[in-house]
Amino acid sequence: MKSKVSNKSNAGIITLGEFKKIPGYPEEDDFSKGPIAVIECDQDIPCNPCEEICKYGAIKVGKPITNLPVLDAEKCRGCLKCITICPGLCIFVVYRDYTDKTSLIYIPYEFSPLPEKNTYVDVLNRRGEKICKGSIRKVIKLAGSNKTFVIGMEIPKKFYNTARHFEF
Amino acid sequence: MSDFVIIGAGPAGISAANESARYGVKVTLIDENNLPGGQLFTQTHKFFGSREHRAGVRGFQIGYDLIEEINKLNVDVLLDTIVYGISADMEVKYVTEGSSAKSITAGNILISTGALEKPVVFKGWTKPGVMGAGAAQTMMNVHRVLPGRKVLMVGSGNVGLIVAYQLKQAGADVVGIIEAMPSIGGYKVHASKIRRIGIPILTSCTIKEAKGSPQVSSAVIVGVDKNLREISGTEDEIKCDLVCIAAGLKPFDELCWLLNLEFKYINELGGFVPVHNDDLETSMKNIYIAGDAAGVEEASTAMEEGRLVGVAVAQKLEYLSDRQAEKLKGKINDRLKYLRLGSFGKKRAEGKKKLTSISK
Ligand SMILES: Cc1cc2nc3c(=O)[nH]c(=O)nc-3n(C[C@H](O)[C@H](O)[C@H](O)COP(=O)(O)OP(=O)(O)OC[C@H]3O[C@@H](n4cnc5c(N)ncnc54)[C@H](O)[C@@H]3O)c2cc1C
Repeated sequence: MKSKVSNKSNAGIITLGEFKKIPGYPEEDDFSKGPIAVIECDQDIPCNPCEEICKYGAIKVGKPITNLPVLDAEKCRGCLKCITICPGLCIFVVYRDYTDKTSLIYIPYEFSPLPEKNTYVDVLNRRGEKICKGSIRKVIKLAGSNKTFVIGMEIPKKFYNTARHFEF
Repeated sequence: MSDFVIIGAGPAGISAANESARYGVKVTLIDENNLPGGQLFTQTHKFFGSREHRAGVRGFQIGYDLIEEINKLNVDVLLDTIVYGISADMEVKYVTEGSSAKSITAGNILISTGALEKPVVFKGWTKPGVMGAGAAQTMMNVHRVLPGRKVLMVGSGNVGLIVAYQLKQAGADVVGIIEAMPSIGGYKVHASKIRRIGIPILTSCTIKEAKGSPQVSSAVIVGVDKNLREISGTEDEIKCDLVCIAAGLKPFDELCWLLNLEFKYINELGGFVPVHNDDLETSMKNIYIAGDAAGVEEASTAMEEGRLVGVAVAQKLEYLSDRQAEKLKGKINDRLKYLRLGSFGKKRAEGKKKLTSISK
């Protein structure tokens, strides 16, 4: 929607600088150990299913339930379960070093139709802007995911912190 | 004659029915729809909260679970039935579709009639193609009818954000969300979901006019300053065939007004709310209120309030000893407390405190 009303608003956008202060966001080094959960949750909403579903104990909310989820990068195996339970659809799993040149980003997906594997897609950032091309590598339906699919998209490595959706 | 008549079978009403019937209270549960569940059946998204409040489960699935629970208990359910009045001597008057008016005398009454969408008035607001976001959600998620193809959403509270997302899931093109305040009203995660799929959110912006004859074909939007005054020259015409209004909800309490109950205006709870005590009993003895009707909150708080009334009524009718009842209420109140934590919940907690403190 093009408009004369200024759209500089950051409504709904958490900038990269802010993420670094969020306890669910891995440290830079943590990305080298393989796929890891990135929890983009920064408001004190009473909510904790991510803590409960993680069988490795890698996510801690504790009490009060309004605490932000804290990621224990050592324990996270990138199993994808938390992606499907988060009611805010705000958890991703990022495999930065998928190949030398590419990363694999796992995102929650609740639209139909589902993309087919190996589809070439436009990759979108947090503002819904096209930033690069990518390929769908995984279309996953986890047991108990209750209609939230997980899509794995391969993207150029430099976008691993910004690529968060796709269009096809 | 019924021990306990519950008007409105949303999460609050059903929970009150289940909780009281479990201890032996004879309950009559009335709803105007053909299925109990209230707003839950419009909600296809997963709920926030903890396991006790079914977090991660979709709203409509919680609805089916509640219905299964009532079916196991001995609750008299009257569907397709509208309550149109309550007399001072506790006679509940109702009409069931295809039948003549009847009435039932109640020992206790719970009014759990939910909330009503607040309208926004602008030029063209009565045209076909302008509707409440809740109405749009009901059309698409309950009746499977897409109410428009190109949608402008007015309001960025959770309802506006969630319904915009669901319209997109249902195949509509959402051209944007506008918000008069300088920042969004709902959860950031809901807004993030909207932004990354490419839907813009314009803050400090409002709707000036819906155009089209008679069906909406475009909307004029305009920027506003901090005092919500329009900034002339910033008007823009946006093509759309549906303008959805998500400007908040207010308690739907016509039956309480008819009874002349005591009300108090509480902004945090959506407007005028019947004054009630900690057991959710109103200014009239034996008449209770719960859920959105007792202040607009959430399904999870509505269920807990319903349970609280269920226990209070079972206690009053001596199906529960005072000790048992107080213990149960204590647990429910603890859960309610944590549902009202955080920067969003805190305001509602303050609103509730203002309300209950009057009746002490
Ligand atoms: C878009 C949207 C998203 C939401 N998302 C969430 C969420 O994620 N999590 C959450 O916890 N909550 C959510 N909510 C809030 C939640 O739906 C409500 O708070 C909850 O449904 C309130 O329950 P209730 O029982 O008070 O009222 P309702 O569910 O509104 O039920 C009231 C019932 O009473 C009936 N009724 C009214 N008057 C009469 C009468 N005179 N005679 C007979 N029947 C009558 C109505 O038809 C209705 O069935 C959301 C709401 C909306 C609109």
